[in-house]
Amino acid sequence: MFILVTADPIDEASIRERIGTGRKDIGALVGFTGMVREISEGNTSPLELEHYPTMTEKMLTTIASEAIERFALIDAAIVHRVGVLEIGEEIVYVAAASRHRQSAFDGANFMMDYLKTRAPFWKKEGDGNWVEAKDADEDAFKKWER
Amino acid sequence: MPSRPLSFWRTDMELRYFAWVRERIGKQSETYQGSALTIKELLDELETRGDGYQAALADRGILRVALDQNIAGGNQSIKGIREIAIFPPMTGG
Repeated sequence: MFILVTADPIDEASIRERIGTGRKDIGALVGFTGMVREISEGNTSPLELEHYPTMTEKMLTTIASEAIERFALIDAAIVHRVGVLEIGEEIVYVAAASRHRQSAFDGANFMMDYLKTRAPFWKKEGDGNWVEAKDADEDAFKKWER
Repeated sequence: MPSRPLSFWRTDMELRYFAWVRERIGKQSETYQGSALTIKELLDELETRGDGYQAALADRGILRVALDQNIAGGNQSIKGIREIAIFPPMTGG
C-alpha cells in the first residue's frame, strides 16, 4: 500500500512501480487522476488545499485498506496534493491493482467516493470562498454502504 | 470546605480548527480547560466566546467533529479525549 500527502506534483509512473512489487498475479491496474478545474465560471485563480496533518494520512490508510479488503485488491495507492494548485494540475491519484479488471475499477471508484467525503481536505478558491460539499458526493459514498 | 473543581484532574484538551471554522474563530488551535462533557456541551460553551465563535459554530447541522482524529457523531462524550477538531464538511479529491 502506498499513501502520500504532498505539495509536489504527482509522479504517476513512480507510484505505479511501487504497487504490487514482485507480484506476478496482477492482471489489472486502474489508475485515476483528479485534476483541478475551474469551479466557478471565470475563476481562473489557483485552488488552495488545506488538510489535517496526521488525520489525513490515517484516513487515507483506512480507505486504501478497506478497498483492498472489500474488493480483494492485490495492492492500492492514494496520493493527494495540498497547498496551492493551478487549474489543470493534478490534485489526486488513486490506483487499484487486482487479478481482474472489475475489482480494480470498483476499488478505485470506491476509494475516490470515500476520500471525497471522509478524508480531511478542504478546497478554497482564489477569491477566498471555500468550496461547498456536494450532496452528490455524499450520495456517491452512501451507495457503497452495506 | 469547598469541593475540588472537576477540572483539577481533567487533562487539558487541544482544540483544532480547520478551513472556514479556523478563519471565523481566528485561530488554528487552543487549549481547552472547561467543564464540557460532550461535543454538544463543548460547542455550546465555545459559542458564547464571541461573534467569531458564533459565526463558526452556529450551523451545527453541517459541522464535523473529530475526537482524537476519529470522526465523531452526535452528542458523543469527550471524556479522556486529547484532541478535538472542528471543521466543515470535507471537500477533497
